[in-house]
Amino acid sequence: MNMQTAITMTAAETALVDAYTAQIGELPGEGAVLSARDSLLANLRQQGLPTRRVESWHYTDLRALLRVVPAFDPTAFAEKVDPLVPGSSVLSVLNGKADTRNLPAGINVRSYAESLIDGVAAADLVERDQDDAIGRINGSFVRDGFEIEVPEGTELEQPVEFQLVQSAGQSHSRFPVTFGANSKATIIERHLSVNDAASLVTVVSDLILDEGAEITWIILQQQGASDSHLAQVNFDLGTNAKLRLFIINAGGKLVRQEVHGVTTGEGADFKLRGINLLGAETHTDVTFTLGHDVPNTTSTEILRNVLFDRAKGVFQGQIRVAPDAQKTDAKMACNTLLLSDDADFSAKPELEIFADDVQCGHGATVIDINPTHLYYLRARGIPENKARAMLVNAFVDEIVEELEDEGLIETLETIIAAWLEKHA
Amino acid sequence: MLEIRNLHARIAEDGTEIIRGLNLTVKAGEVAAIMGPNGSGKSTLSYILSGREDYEVTEGDILYNGESILELDPSERAAKGIFLAFQYPVEIPGVATMQFLKVALNEQRKYRGEDELSTPDFIRRVKDAAAKLQINPDMLKRPLNVGFSGGEKKRAEILQMALLEPKLCVLDETDSGLDIDALKIVSDGVNALRSPDRAVIVITHYQRLLEYIVPDSVHVLYKGQIIKSGDKSLALDLEANGYADIIDAAA
Repeated sequence: MNMQTAITMTAAETALVDAYTAQIGELPGEGAVLSARDSLLANLRQQGLPTRRVESWHYTDLRALLRVVPAFDPTAFAEKVDPLVPGSSVLSVLNGKADTRNLPAGINVRSYAESLIDGVAAADLVERDQDDAIGRINGSFVRDGFEIEVPEGTELEQPVEFQLVQSAGQSHSRFPVTFGANSKATIIERHLSVNDAASLVTVVSDLILDEGAEITWIILQQQGASDSHLAQVNFDLGTNAKLRLFIINAGGKLVRQEVHGVTTGEGADFKLRGINLLGAETHTDVTFTLGHDVPNTTSTEILRNVLFDRAKGVFQGQIRVAPDAQKTDAKMACNTLLLSDDADFSAKPELEIFADDVQCGHGATVIDINPTHLYYLRARGIPENKARAMLVNAFVDEIVEELEDEGLIETLETIIAAWLEKHA
Repeated sequence: MLEIRNLHARIAEDGTEIIRGLNLTVKAGEVAAIMGPNGSGKSTLSYILSGREDYEVTEGDILYNGESILELDPSERAAKGIFLAFQYPVEIPGVATMQFLKVALNEQRKYRGEDELSTPDFIRRVKDAAAKLQINPDMLKRPLNVGFSGGEKKRAEILQMALLEPKLCVLDETDSGLDIDALKIVSDGVNALRSPDRAVIVITHYQRLLEYIVPDSVHVLYKGQIIKSGDKSLALDLEANGYADIIDAAA
């Protein structure tokens, strides 16, 4: 006898299930892709969205926080915008649909819809684990994105910009990217909203770095104040591969950015640099797990969080060191500037170390603006608001400066300064 | 230019009274030295003039060009031309020195209704002023005061003063931590700013600085009051005989 306890679905859960029924005829892919979608949706329907009782969602009760799921809006219109860095190869996903005109040369690229149609994508549409709500929602509804392969030895002079522009409704995209041996590239994953309409955006990027690849991946999330943004980056670092992942969250109402990685080749190095600019009623969660699975791999993670108003922020960082992963060197830091009594930040660092010859550390701090610094700037004629903004800027700018590329640094500094000006 | 009338002030946090009925007048063009033993309230006076909120004025007034400045915040006082060269300049990581100078200069200009400086004009001014103070341009590329030696910090303060062109300069123990060469460079920097429409208040422990920056008047601060005023010979007298006689005479 099948005695499954049926949960009472929330409005958002009902909306997701209904949207699936309404959309499935329109979504690309049949056969294995379709059955993968069906099974993900069935799990979603059966388990519902995760609550705080699920450990990995403890600080972000998705079931309580995801109140409204906007319907798919086939009439929504969004246009490509200028790239962040002039000269970049732009790959746009406009309201969830990839723009396949003018694809860049030098790399192998096709839309993810093609991958769904020919069935290759079926292998992607799986859950990381039973609590993988983002993989579940994204896999059920994924419609497009880009699949990329950067050939061995290729050094891209200009960044590739994935530009996701949303005006309304939902979009679910995927970016499987393989970086061939010794390739070098900068990828910008940029999320924008063109208006205040509430959107639901999910995105999953699967990165494979072959031996010696050196990649900078920058996520700039600037969605609208009503948007929900559920994102996941999965990566696998081969021998001597280096990945620098910069995450800047400067928008959205409900944001969960997951990062899950493994080092599978010796000499691999991972750097996570995160800036969370949180204001108004936003709830933003960065959840990170990294498995140092082989010996001699390194990682550093630094997050700088700035909170105003009634914003809530979460950082969960878990570093696992496998039993034979000797000489692992991993350092994690989470620093928060809390600028409002009503704002709140939860940091949960976790180290699971099963090897004995390793260097691992973590630290979390919460601070306020240094009053002596503020006074000094004001004593030179800088008004208090401006002086505060300068000091907040200084707090996050140390991270941005690590990018080395002057043009990119200046662009990001401008975006950060504009955000602070608006929220301070 | 500056008139302090029966000023009483205390530490905001614990209510300790530091300034107890202080009277002082400094005219335009004048260089006034304030001397006094440790704990007499010299630095507190400089902080109160700059508007530091850790102190509360409980009685009396501070008039600057005839107007009370007690209600003005530190940035407004600075924009009106009051400059405090700090005894301990603050290191601020992440704030680039050049950016700080530019923002400070332009915010003051904005407050006074003047146009902002163009970048080339700004850079030229900084270079000129830095050269006069023998400041290495590499120093200006660092974050504000971070990693500067004691002498470099004091020179950087005088550089800021030269760029901001204040009307009332308050130097709080600018000589502390300086060797003779640096003392001379800093003093030259201050003397270059002496003009009939500018007043300077030099707060110091020692007569030595006053050999380089020769004051028009000397005032002895003790227990939050000016207990004796005189000309530059008073400083020599203090150097020779110490504070005891004057303190006894005032008691």
